[in-house]
Amino acid sequence: MAAIDQTQVKEGVDQETVDAVREVGGKYKYGWETEIEMEYAPKGLTEDIVRLISEKNEEPDWMTDWRLEAYKRWLTKEEPEWAMLDYPEVDFQDQYYYARPKSMEEKPKSLDEVDPKLLATYEKLGIPLKEQMILAGVEGAENAPAEGRKVAVDAVFDSVSVGTTFQKELKEAGVIFCSISEAIREHPELVKKYLGSVVPVSDNFYATLNSAVFSDGSFVYVPPGVRCPMELSTYFRINAENTGQFERTLIIADKGSYVSYLEGCTAPQRDTSQLHAAVVEIVIEEDAEVKYSTVQNWYPGDENGKGGIYNFVTKRADCRGDRAKVMWTQVETGSAVTWKYPSCILRGDDAQGEFYSIAITNHHQQADTGTKMIHLGKNTKSRIVSKGISAGVAQNTYRGQVSMHPKAKNSRNYTQCDSLLIGDKCGAHTVPYIEVKNNSSRVEHEATTSKVDDEQMFYCRQRGMDEEEAVALIVNGFAKEVLQALPMEFAMEAQQLVAISLEGSVG
Amino acid sequence: MAAVAKNQEATAARLDRLTVPSSGQWAAETREATLSRLREMGLPERRDEYWKYTRPDTLTQADAPAAAVYETGEAPLFDRFDRIKVVFVDGVFDEDQSDDLAGEGLSIERLADAVEKDIHWAKELYGVLEAKGQVPVERPLAAFNTAYATDGVVIHVTGKVAKPVNLIYQHKAESSDAVLHHVIKLDAGAEVTVLENGPAAARFNKSMEVDVADSAAFHHVRAQGRDHERRAVTHLFGRLGTESVFKSFTLTVNGRLTRNEAVLELTGDDAVAHVAGACLGDGDFHHDDTVFVTHDAVNCESRQVFKKVLRNGATGVFQGKILVQPGAQKTDGYQISQSLLLDEDSQFLAKPELEIYADDVACSHGSTSGAIDEDALFYLRARGVPKDIATDLMVMSFVAEAVEEVESEELRDEIIGRLESWLERRRG
Repeated sequence: MAAIDQTQVKEGVDQETVDAVREVGGKYKYGWETEIEMEYAPKGLTEDIVRLISEKNEEPDWMTDWRLEAYKRWLTKEEPEWAMLDYPEVDFQDQYYYARPKSMEEKPKSLDEVDPKLLATYEKLGIPLKEQMILAGVEGAENAPAEGRKVAVDAVFDSVSVGTTFQKELKEAGVIFCSISEAIREHPELVKKYLGSVVPVSDNFYATLNSAVFSDGSFVYVPPGVRCPMELSTYFRINAENTGQFERTLIIADKGSYVSYLEGCTAPQRDTSQLHAAVVEIVIEEDAEVKYSTVQNWYPGDENGKGGIYNFVTKRADCRGDRAKVMWTQVETGSAVTWKYPSCILRGDDAQGEFYSIAITNHHQQADTGTKMIHLGKNTKSRIVSKGISAGVAQNTYRGQVSMHPKAKNSRNYTQCDSLLIGDKCGAHTVPYIEVKNNSSRVEHEATTSKVDDEQMFYCRQRGMDEEEAVALIVNGFAKEVLQALPMEFAMEAQQLVAISLEGSVG
Repeated sequence: MAAVAKNQEATAARLDRLTVPSSGQWAAETREATLSRLREMGLPERRDEYWKYTRPDTLTQADAPAAAVYETGEAPLFDRFDRIKVVFVDGVFDEDQSDDLAGEGLSIERLADAVEKDIHWAKELYGVLEAKGQVPVERPLAAFNTAYATDGVVIHVTGKVAKPVNLIYQHKAESSDAVLHHVIKLDAGAEVTVLENGPAAARFNKSMEVDVADSAAFHHVRAQGRDHERRAVTHLFGRLGTESVFKSFTLTVNGRLTRNEAVLELTGDDAVAHVAGACLGDGDFHHDDTVFVTHDAVNCESRQVFKKVLRNGATGVFQGKILVQPGAQKTDGYQISQSLLLDEDSQFLAKPELEIYADDVACSHGSTSGAIDEDALFYLRARGVPKDIATDLMVMSFVAEAVEEVESEELRDEIIGRLESWLERRRG
């Protein structure tokens, strides 16, 4: 793509097109920083910091106690070392656990009161927080019917939620969509009931840490029988230096409801690595369905592996009721280190879980990602499609588990993991665990590893594409099954990301 | 860290009760070095990742759990073949039942004799491939074997050997605990077939280290005995030179607990390594195939083919790995593990892994688990095949891909015969 700058514009191609193409090329384009006055909690993690975070969020006592309990557990836990990841030890005392823009001290009552600098930040990221606007950069969106293109956004800036759009309209439908801190204050009965019920406080090192220090995140409750009238989305932005972001998302889809949720994330370009440890819990009751899509584009570090986000995420969906359905789709292009396994617990009979993933690692990036499909109910179905692409000196691992319990009769799993290697210095690995404890279930697992096909390359090159364009096209084809599972708003962005992430991987 | 120290302590306590077999200089040195490695790593424990699906306690505890001797009434396997017989009874060499340890193109010695010498060529292999095989995953029971093996054979193959060497393991005492270690060295261009059969002992720990030089070929066919209560842990270490061939097949029917590890390293270009196994488990049966193939040369081929037929609560485990090192371009790696669960009580647990650091490779793995295909069964029954016969036919076709890995037609027929009689007995 870098070649575009030198290319002479052909006749008949207008300047706008050239600019648009130039924009999608280029380096990490979200690497800038917003200069804004911030308020930090003291560095390091102690019981006092946990109390402070709770206080800042004006939380009730039960929530403070919950956090303190998690903090105590965390002290006894060891950092997991089994993943195929190699990074310098994280000093958990050398982090800020709370940072918020000064202007957010007084909660703005509506979006009009939000600091214009913050609004401008999201605007620049292509995330408009004005309700009349549509998501930028989505081709053809302007022609789509108005109803179909509404997306409600909860914007999280470092440790706080800046604002949530379309709250009124959602309220009319009965849907609660707000920041988790607001939910703790306004809907304590729901939070109390569900928080920690899918990912228990002591689930793993990072989840326990998150339980103690999570500062904000999103909360969604869709009441029985309601089809959420628009897509919901959260946009996470890390801005402050040396600050960990620990967001917590809780989604509850009550009986027979439906919601589609999008998540995006970026961070400025910095020399030092930053920590991100999130927890996402999804509860899906009888006949309900949740689609959760992520485009993870945290700053990946530079070509020499300097800086970047360490991304340790616990995501889990619990299909509690019969016929509950969940679909995870993730495009993982960012982060220096990714440790992430969005999982499905298929508890109800006939429940369904799907996992579609593209993980791209380039330069010094490392990703250890996959899913768990725990089949507990009868006739449960799951499908895993994972595409790993590795370039530069990056390491990309698929790690997954499919477990058929003795009572999960007549269940079905199909897993496909394909890896593509670009260059001879990178690695691609597959580590599946398959546990079948009854015979009426069928489990199939397939995995392949290969390089970019020479013939396909030749074909593209012969038609005048440069090497990088050809690779981007072939990789997009390789990952097509997953890209197609994304909502339209994300699919376009994801395709462009594929190309950008692989920049500098050939030649 | 505390857990590691605790395990080291327990291991030390266990080892302090054992005596290292009498050895001459080279073997004494090797055993001593191995023991210090073993003390460092500790014996396997239940929570070890590599023992996730198989409990090691009965393999590591001080006394071997008793296993009744089982009279099969079958003619011994490989009986009709012209071969060199080497017989061990409960892990003790039986001279009377064995043939002369001599043959054209090879020399055979007892390990017990070789270790008594102060200098022996076996030094360059004994415990050497095992030590190498401890990285990146530790195999403490193999180290245990190197330290405590009482006997075995040391074979040097210099030419193309027509007669197979048949290692026969008889089980006669109910609580026998045998530790055998074989070393096989094939010179450039040499060829040999090694057959193994028999239940061996109540508890059997066996290691085999095979060095296959350039253009040499090693064929290995093994059948683990039918004694219901026997336990076994075996390690097969192989190092392959340029254009060499290594082919191993294992048939397992019965046995309370079996853990077969194969650790192969392709170090020369254009080498070919195949490991295959078919296992038929009925009842209290736990069978674990753990395979680790490392590609460290260009244009090599490896295949792992494992089929398990399980019923009445039997458990099958497969842990397989293909590791392609940087620079091992043009690697063709294939791995398949499948199980056929004949009833609701059986289980299949698998961890088929790929770890790849070279780009110009074609590696794939597949793993499936399920019941007999009802449609295929219906098809056969519609054509007048009785249900039990139809089921057997499908079982045979299921394991065929693994059995076909046995290159010699006669040996293959011998294996098929055993599979058929297993099915026939179940049909009753």
